[in-house]
Amino acid sequence: MLTALVLLPVAAAVVVALIPSRRRELHLPVGIALSVLPLALAGYLFWAFQAEAGYQFAVDAVWYEPWGISWSLGVDGISLPLVLLTALLVPIALGASTAISKRTKEFVVYTLLLEAGMIGAFLALDLFLFFVFFEAILIPMYFIIGIWGGERRIYASVKFFIYTALGSALMLAAIIGLAFNYSEQFGTLSFALEDLMQVTLSGGTERWFFAAFALAFAIKVPLFPLHTWLPDAHVEAPTAGSVLLAGVLLKLGTYGLLRFNLSLFPEASVDAVPIMGVLAVIGIIYGALVAIVQPDLKKLVAYSSVSHLGFIVLGTFALTSGGLQGAVIQNVNHGLTTGALFLLVGMIYERRHTKEISEFGGLQKVMPVFAGFFLFMTFASIGLPGLNGFVGEFLVLVGSYATLPVLAIIAAFGVVLAAIYLLWAYERVFTGIPDKEENRVLLDLSPREIGLLAPLAALVLVLGLYPSVLLDKIAPSTESVLDHIESTTDYVTPEPGRLDDVYVAEEGDS
Amino acid sequence: MPVEMLWLVIALPLLGALFLHFLGRRIGEPLSGWLASAAIGTSFLIALVAAFPFIEGGAHGETSLLWEWMPAIGASLEIQWDPLAALMTLVVTGVGSLIHVFAIGYMHGDERFGRFFTYLNLFAASMLTLVLAGNYAMLFLGWELVGLCSYLLIGFWYTRPSASAAAKKAFVVNRIGDFGFMIALMLVFTSFGTLSFAGVFERAPEILDTGTATAIGLLFLVGAAGKSAQVPLYVWLPDAMEGPTPVSALIHAATMVTAGVYVIARSAAIFDLAPAASTTVATIGAITALWAATIAIAQRDIKKVLAYSTVSQLGYMFLAVGSTAYVAGIFHLMTHAFFKALLFLGAGAVIHAMADEQDMHKMGGLLKRMPTTAITMGIATLAIAGIPPLAGFWSKDEILASVFERGGWFSVLFVVGLITALLTAFYMTRQWVLVFLGEPRWEEGADPHKAPRVMSVPLIVLAVLSVVGGLINTPFRLTLEHFLEPVWEGISIQHPPEGIGMFLILGGLSVFAGLVGVAAAYMTYRRPMESWRSFEDGFEPLWGAWEDAYRVDDIYGRTLVAPGRKAAEVSAFGIDLPVIDGAVNGVAAVFTDLGRRLRPLQTGYVCNYAALLLAGGLVVVAWILAGGL
Repeated sequence: MLTALVLLPVAAAVVVALIPSRRRELHLPVGIALSVLPLALAGYLFWAFQAEAGYQFAVDAVWYEPWGISWSLGVDGISLPLVLLTALLVPIALGASTAISKRTKEFVVYTLLLEAGMIGAFLALDLFLFFVFFEAILIPMYFIIGIWGGERRIYASVKFFIYTALGSALMLAAIIGLAFNYSEQFGTLSFALEDLMQVTLSGGTERWFFAAFALAFAIKVPLFPLHTWLPDAHVEAPTAGSVLLAGVLLKLGTYGLLRFNLSLFPEASVDAVPIMGVLAVIGIIYGALVAIVQPDLKKLVAYSSVSHLGFIVLGTFALTSGGLQGAVIQNVNHGLTTGALFLLVGMIYERRHTKEISEFGGLQKVMPVFAGFFLFMTFASIGLPGLNGFVGEFLVLVGSYATLPVLAIIAAFGVVLAAIYLLWAYERVFTGIPDKEENRVLLDLSPREIGLLAPLAALVLVLGLYPSVLLDKIAPSTESVLDHIESTTDYVTPEPGRLDDVYVAEEGDS
Repeated sequence: MPVEMLWLVIALPLLGALFLHFLGRRIGEPLSGWLASAAIGTSFLIALVAAFPFIEGGAHGETSLLWEWMPAIGASLEIQWDPLAALMTLVVTGVGSLIHVFAIGYMHGDERFGRFFTYLNLFAASMLTLVLAGNYAMLFLGWELVGLCSYLLIGFWYTRPSASAAAKKAFVVNRIGDFGFMIALMLVFTSFGTLSFAGVFERAPEILDTGTATAIGLLFLVGAAGKSAQVPLYVWLPDAMEGPTPVSALIHAATMVTAGVYVIARSAAIFDLAPAASTTVATIGAITALWAATIAIAQRDIKKVLAYSTVSQLGYMFLAVGSTAYVAGIFHLMTHAFFKALLFLGAGAVIHAMADEQDMHKMGGLLKRMPTTAITMGIATLAIAGIPPLAGFWSKDEILASVFERGGWFSVLFVVGLITALLTAFYMTRQWVLVFLGEPRWEEGADPHKAPRVMSVPLIVLAVLSVVGGLINTPFRLTLEHFLEPVWEGISIQHPPEGIGMFLILGGLSVFAGLVGVAAAYMTYRRPMESWRSFEDGFEPLWGAWEDAYRVDDIYGRTLVAPGRKAAEVSAFGIDLPVIDGAVNGVAAVFTDLGRRLRPLQTGYVCNYAALLLAGGLVVVAWILAGGL
């Protein structure tokens, strides 16, 4: 079934590619319709997934035996939410792309291939396979930014490409190194994650390998100070590109840190906690500060991503149940809210052909529905309890305090800054009297646009109030990550960092 | 009414809000207002039924789990129903219902009438979430949601830039308080392994050392100072008056702003272990009470007087709960809800009648035009001034007496409280006289008219409550105290001194202060404008400082906002672009140059890159393997 999940978007891409170019009006609708299939399958996956540790629906087929590479897929509580998120955001991103007028067919094909790559990367349990997906993603994204982007699209796409590719070069080296180590110790080559977790490494090597992986993922996240490709990429990318970039692609970084760095290099991970934690918190504060004064709405949202993703990294390296759960669910939360914010920015850009905050003002008067959605997502992003953003951030903050108290406190200040940059932006764009003629004639959202945003808004609310839908499925997997670290290193999670430490009142207590 | 059913109290206004959100415009005015009122009114009735066991006495608090929220940090949505929750619920829904009804008249003709009641109902649901919470996480949920509603309602007239700015300011300043609150919650969870009241309060004495308890207490104070507008975080509340007046009455006087007082009273088990934190609470409260009272004296805007008065009265409540006189604090919270809501609604009726004029210099002589408003506001004025037997006298007296009984440092706070009582009586009487007595100073064309019935009835009900509300806790009959007793079982509470003699002495003192204030203001402002203008000028430069609210906003602007902005600009344009991105582009330039020289080797960009990548990777591997694994 997981193989089908990876191949469905590819098949969809083929179908779209086969539609003759003269029937260009069909490309996008067919693409959207077909992209619902992986979503349906992902939905089934979610329904059938048991809240247990370990990989489910595992597929394992030999790919290239001499090198010990296999087509090995599996899903657990860490990857499941991301697969769902990807499958959800692709139809929405396509649905938001009606303004794409040139080379629509290619656009749809690239987007669907991108989806296949992203789902594949989240499901891959073989490091070589993972790397193939991880790299393959760059190509469609490179084209999406480079062909359908804004004025400086070439600069942005090349920067994006080179930056992320550089990081992965070192990771590839480390992957190969790991496989060689495995073969030295066990006699055969293997790239399977489970196998490579058995490898014993000397302290120095483990650190180097950790660093190589961490660099690749830190660029992807992006972690301070490796973030400057992101605002450029976002500003130039078309709406769909931004939605998928922020919604999913960045999560490859946070996912990779959690999945591979913690599992493969537990000792080095424990040692790296201070460094990663400090970088994460710098990102939170610095990203927020920079966001405050951005004159461009899209850039503001991009920098807010730098800030929000910092929470995920902090939670990951807090090495507590709350921190890890928060990190995983924050992946989804950020994807939903920031994805929605980029959609919204795209919608106003299509109308006004500008993203400059100073060009707007008083939009609430002319576009009340748009303003309502924007404000809703703004508060989700600010971390208002009851909406999804809070759940991830609060789990991370409270979860981190046990191990990283000072950093958790500094990070908490990020929520103050988030309120400043987002509400100030809202004030300037939406309130007051619309004094520019161009703004006075804007049309409010169409039913199609509302249809794109409504499911996201509903999920924001559901995950905010009843996150157990996901947390119950996430928890066993994050617990097993901690179990693995505790069993392979001297690390002991301080109380009450583990789920079992949570106090439960005895029966009959009031 | 079993505790399992109490979620209804929250759900009804929430459903009202949802319904009105989607259909409010269609069902229009005034039906949407009546629906919203019915929703919160029903909540009031349910709460009343559910509170009966406590009134009869002997009933214990109960909890009911709604659902797990974030189990890894002990966060769940659970309702706790005890006398304190019951009292708060009754105040919120009771006063809330009256204000809902009043708003039907006040918001008449507003194009977003339905939306207003959506927000009002949402606020009620949020506030009830806060007071019914049995878990700090759920309390924080309500805490933030009331902040959201406050934001939405302050900025309700969003085309006014000042309203939008005030809304943002309120939310951001509150967030600064929340920053402290969140750290408190981190500490609570790390200490107790849960955020549930049940798991925290009973185990507090065995788990918390004084240092941690003090830290948690002080951090709660930071949060409470934001929400309840205490020094130094009070600056958002006066600006919040940009919202429609019923909002000021409900949110920024009677209910939301008392959340900080509630949290401290609720967390008494923690403050019990942290006397230093309690003393700090009391001191902040006393400073705030006096500070804001001096500002209130010199305000010209009818709502600004009430805003600073609210800040000042909240200071009284902090003084009470900080002195561990929790009953007195909650008592004053309740009576204040009555008379301050009344004052705001009355001010609203005046503003309404004067065609949106808020400057008291342009009022005067309104007694004849709107007698109901004048008389009800007069009652509230005497109540807040602490004139017996009105409600404010009993609660304020109980606070002052309890603080006096504490002795030591608290004696100083007692004196501050007494001076504040005098100032309060002065500025409130000044307001009433300026608005209702003397010669009319209206501008041409003003035609003040009586408030419609839908507005005057809530005024009358609140006036009755302002008269008799204090009788539920007099030294002769401590009904409220007995009612609330089970909440603070096993915690040391400060009581007023025993005996009728001390009551007469302390009561006499505070009544004297009140009478002096009332009389002085009456004598001064009853006279013609030139006379009291010269009286005010006689206090220069002090009067100017008060009128400008000590220019605190300017000071914050220069010392906090401007440097913060500078930091953001330096980060963005001084570091991010030139340094970090510059370095990246610099490195890139080197490689581009290299690439140009190697161009002959290249055929196509991406394919080549892949080959290069692989080759590079292999080189590194070779290097690692050779370099001594």
